[in-house]
Amino acid sequence: MKVFFLRIYDIYQFSLRFWKEVFLPPYEYKEVFNQFYEVGIRSLSIITLTGFITGLVFTKQSRSSLAEFGATSWLPSLMAIALLRALAPLVTALIIAGKVGSNIGAELGSMRVTEQIEAMEVSSTNPFKFLVVSRVLATTFIVPLLAIYMGFVGLLGAFVNVYNNEQTSFTSFFQEAFMRITFLDLFTLVLKSAIYGYTIGMTGCFNGYYADQGTVGVGRAANTAVVVSMFVIFIEEMLIVTLINNYR
Amino acid sequence: MANDTSEKYHKHSPANIDRNNVVVSLRNIKKAFGSLEVLKGIDLDIFAGENVVVLGRSGSGKSVLIKIIAGLLRPDEGTVQVLGKEIDQLDVHELQELRSKIGFSFQGSALYDGMNVRSNLEFPLVRNKRNLSSQEVQKAIEKVLDDVGLSQTINQMPAELSGGQKKRIGIARTLILQPEIMLYDEPTAGLDPLTSEEINDLINEVQQQYKTSAVIITHDLTCAKSTGDRVVMLSEGRFLREGSFEKVFDTDDPVIKKFYNYNFISDS
Ligand SMILES: Nc1ncnc2c1ncn2[C@@H]1O[C@H](COP(=O)(O)OP(=O)(O)OP(=O)(O)O)[C@@H](O)[C@H]1O
Ligand SMILES: [Mg+2]
Repeated sequence: MKVFFLRIYDIYQFSLRFWKEVFLPPYEYKEVFNQFYEVGIRSLSIITLTGFITGLVFTKQSRSSLAEFGATSWLPSLMAIALLRALAPLVTALIIAGKVGSNIGAELGSMRVTEQIEAMEVSSTNPFKFLVVSRVLATTFIVPLLAIYMGFVGLLGAFVNVYNNEQTSFTSFFQEAFMRITFLDLFTLVLKSAIYGYTIGMTGCFNGYYADQGTVGVGRAANTAVVVSMFVIFIEEMLIVTLINNYR
Repeated sequence: MANDTSEKYHKHSPANIDRNNVVVSLRNIKKAFGSLEVLKGIDLDIFAGENVVVLGRSGSGKSVLIKIIAGLLRPDEGTVQVLGKEIDQLDVHELQELRSKIGFSFQGSALYDGMNVRSNLEFPLVRNKRNLSSQEVQKAIEKVLDDVGLSQTINQMPAELSGGQKKRIGIARTLILQPEIMLYDEPTAGLDPLTSEEINDLINEVQQQYKTSAVIITHDLTCAKSTGDRVVMLSEGRFLREGSFEKVFDTDDPVIKKFYNYNFISDS
């Protein structure tokens, strides 16, 4: 139990350090840019694929229930709400946690155990800024973009199903889809994906940065990064949904 | 007994040591991890131009000691002075400036494995001397690569290099800042005898060419003999003996004898 609270305190210190160093020069522009590319571009294909399938399958599954009430015309707006409010941010975050979070954990972990982080320190580079700040910034900014993108691709998947059944045109599908979407929905989408992204970056970096000695530590860092960030993301989802629903 | 290893491993050229100029000074250094007392009171002075070898068994705290000198670890007690500055009293910028004068060659080379050799060498340079032109950077990279004899590897990734090559690039990466003090953590560990000898020669060349003082940490007696101007023996958290290689091993102390015999047998 004591260990648990010590760990919480360490994580608190770690994030405090992030907020301090993110605003202090020198800025590692080049590395931040590299990480934006790593996190963003390299995740595009898997986000596209899962987004499309999620939209398509979800529409297909919902169709039969709605058909009972003769309400299949609600499908576009129902899918838009489901995707933008819940599915896109959550699925994106889980995928990025699995793909990028584990990657960050393993990368920083192996840099720790092979003394590369100390090597940076002795060459007058702040490894926290170079490695941690750049990665956390990247996940925090890229996950919202990817979530928006997944929402859009998911709607394309939904459109394919709707088009095959009702021959609805592309424009009228999207008009109907966005009819019930409010600014609050989009704002929440961006806000919570940013929080998930921050969570993924922080957990990955924390576990890697303090990886134990040895190669076992690297695997453990990657693994813990994924498990913990997924768990925390679900808790955050619950809290945010409860909070936001007060404003609807 | 000290004559068991062949004459050829002796240091060829005597070093140019300035005994009035202490570059590293450790006083009563103590360090423990939890209940494990690793260093129990270490005193050490290193003079300008001198190569000091710290010998000790695996786990005796050699890496901890060298990391304390570089300010990577803080001692629990005692003072560390490097180039006249007390490490504890420095702020972040002063520490950075001091570190640019210290070259650290890590036990596992610690090359950045996401970057090729060129970027590895460029990394410390552009971060410490921000107003260099790209030609100057290129020139500096070519010079240190040439100094360690690995010009052809410039575009290779660390994973494509052999252990000995990694060590050399690691050393080159520190030389690029023209350090005054070199810290070598087990420079020959894991290398075959021939490659080890090349690294030993390189360490001596660096001492001559770059006029560095050095701390060389090792359990390899050949390395100790051929690179050290002075040898200290670390055991149980304290320095057991110090002096020339011959003097240190000219004793009946069972710990030192055992260390010597074990090493000699495992080397041949
Ligand atoms: N950061 C740390 N946390 C806890 N214990 C440590 C830490 N660093 C070193 N130790 C312990 O201190 C002791 C000395 O370690 P050190 O790495 O200095 O040994 P060494 O003499 O360099 O050995 P080797 O020849 O194997 O490299 C070891 O028992 C090690 O477990
Ligand atoms: Mg060591």
